[in-house]
Amino acid sequence: MAELPAAAGYGPISASRRRLDLSLGVWILAAAILVFMVAVPLVWIFVASVHADQDNRLTLANYAEAFTRVIYLHPVQNSLVLAGAVAVIAVVTGTVLSWAVSRTDMPGREFIRMLALAAFVTPSFLGATAWIFLAAPNSGWLNRGWVALTGAARGPFNIYSLGGAIFVIAMYSYPYTFAFVSSALELVPSEMERSAALLGAGWPRIAWRITLPLVRPAILAGALLSFLEAISEFGTPAFLLIPARQQVMTTQMYLFFQFPSRPNLAAAYAIPLLLVTGALFVLQQRLLRRGRFTTVGGKGGVRHPFRLGWWRWPLFALCAIPPLFSLVLPYAALLGTSLSHAWGRGPVPGNLTLDWYRWALVENDTAHRAIVHSLAYAAAAATIATVLASAIAYVTGRRLLPGARLLALVAMAPFVVPGIILAIGFFAAYARPPIVLYGTAWMLIAAFATRFLPIAYSGSESALRSIDLELENAARSLGASPLRTFGRITLPLLRRSVLAVWLMAFIPSLRELSSAIFLFTPATAVITTLIFDLSDAGNFEAVSALGIIMMTITFVLIGVAYRVFGAYALVDRRSA
Amino acid sequence: MAQIRLVNLSKRYGAVPALDGITLTVSHGELLALLGPSGCGKTTTLQILAGFLMPDAGEVWADDRVISHPGRAVPPERRRMSLVFQSYALWPHMTVSQNVAFGLELRRMARDEIARHVTRILRVVDLDGYQDRYPHELSGGQQQRVALARALVVQPDTLLLDEPLSNLDATLREHMRFEIRRIHRETGITTIYVTHDQAEAMVIADRVAVMYHGRIEQVGTPREIYDAPQSRFVASFIGLANCLRGRLAGRGVIRCGDLEFRVADSGGFHTGDEAVLCVRPHAVCVRSADSAASPAVNAVVGRLVQQAYLGGHHDLRIVLSGGEEVRAMLPGHAGCETGTQVVVEFPVEACRLVRP
Repeated sequence: MAELPAAAGYGPISASRRRLDLSLGVWILAAAILVFMVAVPLVWIFVASVHADQDNRLTLANYAEAFTRVIYLHPVQNSLVLAGAVAVIAVVTGTVLSWAVSRTDMPGREFIRMLALAAFVTPSFLGATAWIFLAAPNSGWLNRGWVALTGAARGPFNIYSLGGAIFVIAMYSYPYTFAFVSSALELVPSEMERSAALLGAGWPRIAWRITLPLVRPAILAGALLSFLEAISEFGTPAFLLIPARQQVMTTQMYLFFQFPSRPNLAAAYAIPLLLVTGALFVLQQRLLRRGRFTTVGGKGGVRHPFRLGWWRWPLFALCAIPPLFSLVLPYAALLGTSLSHAWGRGPVPGNLTLDWYRWALVENDTAHRAIVHSLAYAAAAATIATVLASAIAYVTGRRLLPGARLLALVAMAPFVVPGIILAIGFFAAYARPPIVLYGTAWMLIAAFATRFLPIAYSGSESALRSIDLELENAARSLGASPLRTFGRITLPLLRRSVLAVWLMAFIPSLRELSSAIFLFTPATAVITTLIFDLSDAGNFEAVSALGIIMMTITFVLIGVAYRVFGAYALVDRRSA
Repeated sequence: MAQIRLVNLSKRYGAVPALDGITLTVSHGELLALLGPSGCGKTTTLQILAGFLMPDAGEVWADDRVISHPGRAVPPERRRMSLVFQSYALWPHMTVSQNVAFGLELRRMARDEIARHVTRILRVVDLDGYQDRYPHELSGGQQQRVALARALVVQPDTLLLDEPLSNLDATLREHMRFEIRRIHRETGITTIYVTHDQAEAMVIADRVAVMYHGRIEQVGTPREIYDAPQSRFVASFIGLANCLRGRLAGRGVIRCGDLEFRVADSGGFHTGDEAVLCVRPHAVCVRSADSAASPAVNAVVGRLVQQAYLGGHHDLRIVLSGGEEVRAMLPGHAGCETGTQVVVEFPVEACRLVRP
């Protein structure tokens, strides 16, 4: 063994000693940007709601009008029915699927799991469009098939109805319950089920009496999230219910903006909905937290799936139904339509063409620009959200500023704001001086970044929690300033997570419709707003081609993420 | 090298006092162990020393300047202290040499000079040839030594070690005790070593500070701590001790219930003071009650309730007439049956009085 170097000393760390510690300034700046981004639109909604549309004087008349006139109360009732029914269907579907996938020896379990992820990333308004091709009252392919088979005068399906909207939204909403219940089931030790089996219970009784009660908090959390998303949903009701002249609250808000526009009345109409979604979110978080205590019994050793015997294939057939409705049929319909000259003529020779893709990607300037805008705005929004969210997660996780808990709450707040309401706030805040963003790309970028900040925040926060504080303290004690520690130690350790977080914010930004529809101008149109306009004009072939292009981009990105981060990086983090 | 002084240091978490007025001086080049059970405040002390926590009261001095006092603490990066963590805290995204070189890079040292220092320190901790490994490719003991090298290479004024050996297996732990001792001897860096393992503290440290409930119970060399404990806690925490509570009945006499014992030294206690009589089990003599030996000083009758053969010695449990339990470690067999009456003798020179 060698002798130790003589203790000559290298002198003090003079260079960094004299440099001012900049880190505090960086954290304060991040916190200020966050508060500004989130608070300004929300404050403006409230301000708008207490001012008259006609002469801008202070009044409570908007509230009185919004919640006394029958034509405005009817949508409230429809929204509650829609969200309640979606929650019930989605929860039953999601629970059955998650149990079958994580607790039995059903064939194709990984396949069903992947399809749930695929349904999760498909925007329901695209599903709604596809279901118009499938189940429009007369022209829908399923109805025409029925007529041809039975000789009846008309088909049985009408997608332009409250029932149709419930069905479509539920088929894209069950993945929430699926994700929550699956991860809760992972924590239930098999011993609990085996002891019931030893007492003579069969698998249906065990599932009903033991397994499902253990994951009840997760099931309820899934139900609440489905309710929250359904009541905030704009795209599907706009596609299916506006033609049926049956409004829900979100489409009613949209109509408030049609001529003669009543933005302040819309704001007043939005406030109670905001309170409801906020309360639901708080409840859902409580349930998830309590759920952890009740079901975590350690990681439960080896898991033994139930042997279903001859039930294996019937159960698979049952579990294949939701993916059939949310993916197989809709994507077939979209693909078929996008490849047709005219979708009404059906997939016959002579009707096939690639023209719509050439139209979207090459020929049509509007479509071309919309695609570029979508990618650019989503990338910019995801970058802003990721940078801000990482900084805020660091501040709250390491308690670098007083009021860290409050800051975390502010970062999560946009989660409960329906896109359309956020858009009303942005419109109220940035369509007039002193800050005019309306008409610029920044209007959409800022709205997307704000809207998906909570996803980025919860992703960064849980990634940061996995890093031991001692790794940072070690760098500090060796002479690194807080900012340098963040740059040299924390960020490199978070590298993979940062990329995952960025994708988690990018993907929903790319497919975002509900806020974009209020904030875009012809110069800043994106894919989703173009889909909305073309659909309004009845050009469904172009809509389908654009939808397929958008989802191709999404699935390629997810494929990359899947390879790099594993299956659950994209679904699970939302619950964290 | 630095002299570290803690003056009346206090810290509370909410209503719970973690540190309750600690005063302690660590001399230049000394290796001092902070020893105590979990929750005694030793880790809090270390966190304050390193600058990660601020005290509620009191001061920390490094030589002639205050580095911590309430409301103001020199940040960790400007203390010239290196900290070795219980978890080692090696950065998983850096190789061994990158981990070790980090502190030197911050000091703006030239690249080839850094390489020279890294090579030399890795040789000191016996890790030559592991430069390009990542931490997860090393064993626990190797990771431990990388952590040590990373802390030493910057030549800190003070080295802080937080239970550095608690994650190693028993054999390696014993080896590393002597390694740390050797490295300390060669570098002469003022070192503060936190541990809950009394054997570790005894082997490694020049002096040991025993902590309990946020206070320092006693400071001294390992020998002083063992041979002359000053409190009941120190006596029973450092090795085994029989402790009988009583009151001084006169010069050199303590009365415990119905029994009276003579002690060689009243140790500052006065008649009427409460005190605890402390005798190491190894010093206790036991013989059969019906043996013909003449009655001796400090001999009392008890009942042998349990005896076990532990290889090197016999472990006996005896209950005295007042219900007090006494343990004795005898080198040979006592020649007594379990359940019989025995005579227990506490030799006067082995009896010590300590604070309750």
